[in-house]
Amino acid sequence: MPLLLAVVLVVLTACSGPFPQSALAPRSDFSTSLDHLFTNIFWWAVVVFLIVEALLLYAIGRYRARAGAAAPKPAHGHTALEIGWTLAPALILVFIAVPTMRTIFETAGNAPEGALRVEVIGHQWWWEYRYPTLGIGAANELHVPLRTPVQLEMTSADVIHSFWVPRLAGKRDLIQGRINRIEFSADSTGEYWGQCAEFCGASHANMRLRVVVQVDTAFQAWVDRQRAGPAAPAKGSPAELGQQVFRRSACIACHTITGISQGKVGPDLSHVGGRGTIAGALFPNNTETLRRWIMNAPALKPGALMTPQNLSPQDLDAVIAYLQSLK
Amino acid sequence: MAHAHRTSMGLDSRKMAFWAFIGSECLLFGSLISTYLVYKGRSLVGPYPHEILNIPFTSFSTFDLLMSSLAMVLALAAVQRGDMKQGKLWLLVTALLGLVFLGGQFWEFSHFVREGLGLTTNLFGSTFYVLTGTHGAHVTVGVIWLLTLWVQALRGKLGPGQAMTVEITGLYWHFVDVVWIVIFTVVYLIQ
Amino acid sequence: MKSWLTTTDHKRIGLLYFWTAFGFFLIGGTEALVIRAQLVRPEGIGVSAETFNQLFTMHGTTMIFLALMPLSAAFFNFIIPLQIGARDVAFPRLNAFSYWVFLLGGLLLNASFVAGPLFGADRLSVAPDAGWFGYANLTSRQFSPGPNVDFWLLGLQILGIASLAAGFNFIVTILNMRAPGMRMLRLPPFTWMTLITQFLVITAFPVITVALVLLMFDRFFGTHFFLPAGGGDPILWQHLFWMFGHPEVYILILPAMGIISEVLPTFSRKPLFGYTVVVYSGVVIAFLGWSVWAHHMFATGLGPIADSVFAGTTMLIAIPTGVKIFNWIGTLWGGQLRFTTALLFAVGFIAMFIIGGLSGVTHAAAPADLQQTDTYYVVAHIHYVLFGGTILGLFAGMYYWWPKMTGRMLSETLGRWHFWLTIIGMNLAFFPMHLSGLFGMPRRIYTYSADLGVTRFNQLSTIGAFIIGIATLIFFWNLLSTRRRPINAPHNPWGGATLEWAIPSPPPVYNFTVIPTVANRLPLWQTERHAPMEPLPERPPAPIHVPGGSWWPMITAFGLPVMAIGALSRLLLIVLVGAAVVIVGIYRWAYEPFET
Repeated sequence: MPLLLAVVLVVLTACSGPFPQSALAPRSDFSTSLDHLFTNIFWWAVVVFLIVEALLLYAIGRYRARAGAAAPKPAHGHTALEIGWTLAPALILVFIAVPTMRTIFETAGNAPEGALRVEVIGHQWWWEYRYPTLGIGAANELHVPLRTPVQLEMTSADVIHSFWVPRLAGKRDLIQGRINRIEFSADSTGEYWGQCAEFCGASHANMRLRVVVQVDTAFQAWVDRQRAGPAAPAKGSPAELGQQVFRRSACIACHTITGISQGKVGPDLSHVGGRGTIAGALFPNNTETLRRWIMNAPALKPGALMTPQNLSPQDLDAVIAYLQSLK
Repeated sequence: MAHAHRTSMGLDSRKMAFWAFIGSECLLFGSLISTYLVYKGRSLVGPYPHEILNIPFTSFSTFDLLMSSLAMVLALAAVQRGDMKQGKLWLLVTALLGLVFLGGQFWEFSHFVREGLGLTTNLFGSTFYVLTGTHGAHVTVGVIWLLTLWVQALRGKLGPGQAMTVEITGLYWHFVDVVWIVIFTVVYLIQ
Repeated sequence: MKSWLTTTDHKRIGLLYFWTAFGFFLIGGTEALVIRAQLVRPEGIGVSAETFNQLFTMHGTTMIFLALMPLSAAFFNFIIPLQIGARDVAFPRLNAFSYWVFLLGGLLLNASFVAGPLFGADRLSVAPDAGWFGYANLTSRQFSPGPNVDFWLLGLQILGIASLAAGFNFIVTILNMRAPGMRMLRLPPFTWMTLITQFLVITAFPVITVALVLLMFDRFFGTHFFLPAGGGDPILWQHLFWMFGHPEVYILILPAMGIISEVLPTFSRKPLFGYTVVVYSGVVIAFLGWSVWAHHMFATGLGPIADSVFAGTTMLIAIPTGVKIFNWIGTLWGGQLRFTTALLFAVGFIAMFIIGGLSGVTHAAAPADLQQTDTYYVVAHIHYVLFGGTILGLFAGMYYWWPKMTGRMLSETLGRWHFWLTIIGMNLAFFPMHLSGLFGMPRRIYTYSADLGVTRFNQLSTIGAFIIGIATLIFFWNLLSTRRRPINAPHNPWGGATLEWAIPSPPPVYNFTVIPTVANRLPLWQTERHAPMEPLPERPPAPIHVPGGSWWPMITAFGLPVMAIGALSRLLLIVLVGAAVVIVGIYRWAYEPFET
């Protein structure tokens, strides 16, 4: 049967990992609750599916018209059956509804005392983070400590976005004028992938993010680096030349580098060298990707507000060296 | 106009269709009124309702519209009994009272605009004008409809045989009146 | 030709709806194939991001408003008067008006694909591009500066008028024009589902009309209904839209459920099992359908109480839906099944719709939905219920009623190819999407990372989609090639029980030589309770008056897109000209002598 074929093909394919954005490999309390709930309902659904399809297949096999067979027995209905097959689904739904309501209240997003607060502001098409209690900010790459409750307080600077890191949390929307909350506690270190999950315009597909879960010491080290000013380039180095190019280019209109520029349109670049990805977690952070991005961002990310930069090859190299030095 | 056939529910099809239409319109106005209520008290800047709404004046408008419904009832009764002289009179009175209402709305809106409440000034302005404007548009359609019937009557083409048409006109007119009562209550009286 | 432009005959209007809607279905399907071609590989360059965003917006809008609803309307038009023993609908000119408004609205929407130069755009196409549900505040003038969203909101308002007019018409027709003896609980199930659907239409469409008008005011007149800068709330759009949107999905599925409730009994040679329950469950679904809308908004932060209420109501609505499925199986059970193509599609409906229904139950659990909503998982759900449900049901109706509508039989051989390729194609296309979604692929993305691991699923989906395309072309060939056959289908090729099978195929313009008197639910069958109805006379005893056509429905309809074009071009004069056409059209229509 075609459905069987599709399922088999899919299951075979599914067996090949890895799936960095999978909702079925939870690594936090929040995503684990969701996964448990889904698994519960999924198996009920499988049971109902098998029963219904079995009945259907039996009926169409057993009751094919045969030549010379008597006319079918008249049957207009059967009250007991009707009651039965109304109550049975209702009962199954109770088994689904109770854990659902429980999980709704468990995952409502309210943080316990001592949770780490992070403000998330969605932009077309990148993510801005602020840690009000730590006095630092970040962009696109969110760092959180292991096994610590984290409370995200999310809003948007423009259109509706949705913060979705499947292995750590279900999604919630970022809406201008409102604050939505996600609360989770990651139980494994690692780098987790996420993506905007509410259509937000031309480069919705390119609005991606990373969450880096670190043990306390590593997280603290990261926080200290963010708090520190941007690394000063060594005298005479290409990075120093790059800083000068940066200062006199259009970059300063949109980006902030503490002490150098105050642009607010794009992400803060004070520590961009320390990020694993660039351009809204679209590309790995290396010389080649930086070059292509700076030269023509809209070609790589349709609609991006960052205009193509007309820098000479030497200036471009220098700026790249400078940015990479800002760890 | 089609003459009545036998109908399964014993109700003229045009009347039934019109009741369905009125049901639909309830959802239309309901959505607009809900929007008004959702945004009540959420304007970022003034003028605010209590500063600008004139209840005595609008009460008079409401009274005018209620009287127009009375006139409509009289018009229908006249047409049904074949008294076209009275029928013409009351149809015209209904239309004129409707025009008075519209005139009042126009005056009220101009006054509000002079006081600084425009369509885009704040949420109150937007929701107020769209809601009352939609209602006003419905009244306008009603007035045109009534005057059309009046002209038809002047030409001797309206009589007891067209009583169903007049009845449906009446249904529309009363509905528009009831919607106004709701708007008046929600917007003006409950602040 | 002129007679087609002025027709007020429900049968002709039904055929006009059918061919127009089928044309839009092919357009919507082409849009889907381009989408699938794009997504067959990760980080692929095919169409631009902007074009892709237009494609998925238009695919959804076209399929829902220009294909599925009007295909259902084709059957409402042709079949309902026949099933209730009437000569036409209650308001034949209003019926024609609905068709013309639909056609013109659909043309306006699709004209946006080539209207770019007229608006000084740097590309040919300015088709709507904000998704078929157009969320604020992406749809604001600030974030969608071009005419794309204007085409969308104006086109949909026009289409709404067509649906509303038809809604009033069919409610009155079904309630008021039944043949003597045709009590409500003797109505065929398709007629019942249609009646329920029309009540949903006339109550749900005003809500989206208000939403679209408010959006229009924001975009054209500078209000802030959905704009936070002025105190507005983008979520209000979602509430208004989904208060329409959820009843809309029942508007889409109930007619197809009605169709298979006709097809299954005919080809099982048994009455519909649990007729009364099937009818009442439809009524319950319609009422409950108003209570679930915010399950589309579980990720917007409604709060745990609202989430719980809507999760609960959504689960509740699974019960009347499930009841229908059991009754359909009960109809097949113990029957004598003849596997015509129509029955294949009806059985396919049950097999596929249950999958969509069950994925719907997983969506109902609000927390679980936080991983599913806005991903390919929900795209899978949508397509199992709308393709596996509505479209398979509509195909069943096409194979079932084509002989009645045209007097020609469709090829059963081609039909079988169509069916099996469709089933294989749809499962291959949509089943993997459950997994691409759960593995992290959001919806409405023009490309995706190769590292996500969903490439293989996308490849399967694309292959499946193209198989559906081939299957559909086979069907199209079936429709066209059988036009060469002689018009000789019998009155009742399938042995159906309901009144439409008592008259010739295709019916004469007056439908029934004599309006029958009905004594039971299955007038044409011999059952253990009653004998079949006496055959109707071959010729009418006296000449039957049939109303002629009228130009005014079409002319009045034309005023609407003219008004829309005036709005699009910001020329008030053109808006007024369009309004004048509408007003004059209505007056001439009202005063035209037209006896039904």
